[in-house]
Amino acid sequence: MAEPLLKIENLHAYYGESHALQGVSLEVNEGETVTLLGRNGAGKTTTLRSIIGILDDRRGSIRFRGQELVGLPSHKIGRAGIGYVPEERGIFASLTVDENLLLPPRVADGGMSVAEIFELFPNLEERRSSPGTKLSGGEQQMLAMARVLRTGARLLLLDEPTEGLAPVIVQRIGEVIAMLRGKGFTIILVEQNFRFAAKLADRHYVMEDGHVVDTFPNSALEEKSEALHKFLGV
Amino acid sequence: MFGVPAQALYGQILLGLINGSFYALLSLGLAVIFGMLNVINFAHGALYMLGAFAAWFALNLFGIDYWWSLLLAPLVVGLVGAVIERVFLARIKNLDHLYGLLLTFGLALIIEGGFRHVYGSSGQAYGTPEELRGAVNLGFMIMPKYRGWVVIASLIVCFATWFIIEKTRLGAYLRAATENPKLVQAFGINVPLMITLTYAGGVALAGFAGVLAAPIYQVSPLMGTNLIIVVFAVVVVGGMGSIMGSIVTGYMLGVLEGLTKVFYPQASSIVIFVIMAVVLLARPAGLFGRGD
Repeated sequence: MAEPLLKIENLHAYYGESHALQGVSLEVNEGETVTLLGRNGAGKTTTLRSIIGILDDRRGSIRFRGQELVGLPSHKIGRAGIGYVPEERGIFASLTVDENLLLPPRVADGGMSVAEIFELFPNLEERRSSPGTKLSGGEQQMLAMARVLRTGARLLLLDEPTEGLAPVIVQRIGEVIAMLRGKGFTIILVEQNFRFAAKLADRHYVMEDGHVVDTFPNSALEEKSEALHKFLGV
Repeated sequence: MFGVPAQALYGQILLGLINGSFYALLSLGLAVIFGMLNVINFAHGALYMLGAFAAWFALNLFGIDYWWSLLLAPLVVGLVGAVIERVFLARIKNLDHLYGLLLTFGLALIIEGGFRHVYGSSGQAYGTPEELRGAVNLGFMIMPKYRGWVVIASLIVCFATWFIIEKTRLGAYLRAATENPKLVQAFGINVPLMITLTYAGGVALAGFAGVLAAPIYQVSPLMGTNLIIVVFAVVVVGGMGSIMGSIVTGYMLGVLEGLTKVFYPQASSIVIFVIMAVVLLARPAGLFGRGD
C-alpha cells in the first residue's frame, strides 16, 4: 500500500517546560476525513499546531507526501499544501474581509476562485469591505475556512470549527465539510462535538494526555460509544 | 494677530512644518518597526545621522550629488538596518522586548560614539542643491525653496508609506503579521524575511530624513541624539504602532512647537513634552492608539 498522505510517528511537542505531546503516532490517507477526539488538554490542538509548525518545539517525524516537516519553518509547511483553520479562527482585525480572504498565498493549483467561495458563503460577499472582526462568530468561522480553500491546499486542519456557534450555523459548516470531503480533500478535524464528527468522519483517533489511545473506523462508533463517553467525559 | 507680525507667524509655522516633517518621517519609521518587531528602536536617531553622513560621504568622496543621495543613502541605511536585524535583533526576538530597546540603545551609542571619535562634535557643511537655492515669494511670505521642498518630499514619502501599508497586498501582509505573525507564517509567508525588510524599511525612512536634513542642519554625529527624544514624545502622543497617527502627530506637534515659539518662546522646547504628559494622563494609548 502506498504511503499515507500524512504520517506522524512518535511525535513529541513542548510548550516551554510542558511536555504536551508524548509520542503521538497517526496516519491519514489521501481523501480521508479523520477526527481527533478527546478532552480539553488531551493534545488535539497541539497536534495540529505541531503539524503546521506554529509550535516548532517538536521532535519525532511528521511526513507529508513523503516530505519531513519536523525541522521545517512554518511558512514552508504552509507552502507544501496544508491549510490551517485555527481554533480561535485567526481573523485579522486590521484587514477587511476581502483582505483576509486574499491573504494566504496560493500554494497549489486547483484552489477555489473567489466567485466560487462567495457562492459557498454568500454572507461573506455582502461584507467584503467590513473589518474582519466585525463579522459574527459564524461568519468569521466561514471566512477562516474560505481563506484556506482559495489556496489550493489539499490537506485541511480544522480546529473545532463549530465551537460556540448556533445550531443552524453548525449545520451549515457540517454541510461545507461534507462537500469538501466529497471533493476529495483530506481533512483532520478536531472536534468536541462528537455527534457532529460522527456524521463526517471516516475514522477517529482518541487522544488523552498527549497520547493517541485508540483509533477506530466510523462504523465502529456504536460499539465504542461507551468507552468514548468515558474518555470524553460527556 | 495678537500683536505678532504676520511674517513672524508664517515663518514659525513654516519652521514648525519643517520640524514636523522630520518628526513625521522618523516617528513613522519607529511606528512601523514597533508594530512588527515590538522593538522600540533607539538606534533610529543614529541611523538618521548615518543617512546624513552617507550623503556627505557620497558627495565628498565620490562626487555623488544630492538627488542620487536621496535615493542611495536610504538604501545604504536600509542595508545597515537589515544587517542589524539579522545579526542582532533576530536573535533576541524571543526575549523580553526590553532587550531590544537595550540593544538598539547600545548600538546608537556605538555608532554615534564612533562618528564623534572621527569627526568630533562639530558639524560638516552640506551645500543646498543648486536647483533649490534661493527663495520664492508666496505673497504672504518669502519661503526658501529648500524648506518648501523638505515639507513636500516628506509629505510624499509619508503618504506613500501610509498607502503601501494600508492599501496594498504587501501592506495587508504587514498588518496581518503585526497582529498574528505565527498564523501569517503558517499560511506560507516568509515572516522572518518580512521582519528584516520592515526594519530595513523603517530605518531607511530615517536615512531619507537624514539626507533631507543635511543641507538644513549641519551633518554632525550628534544630530540624531537631540531629535530622537522629541520624536519618541511624538510617537507616544500619536500612539505606538499607528501609521496615520504618527504622521499626523508629527506635523501637528511641529507646527504647535513653532506657534509656541511665536506666542510664548520660553515654553517652545518643552511644549511637546507637556502635551505628551497630558495625553498620557487622558489617553494612555495615545491620540490614535487602539489601546489594547
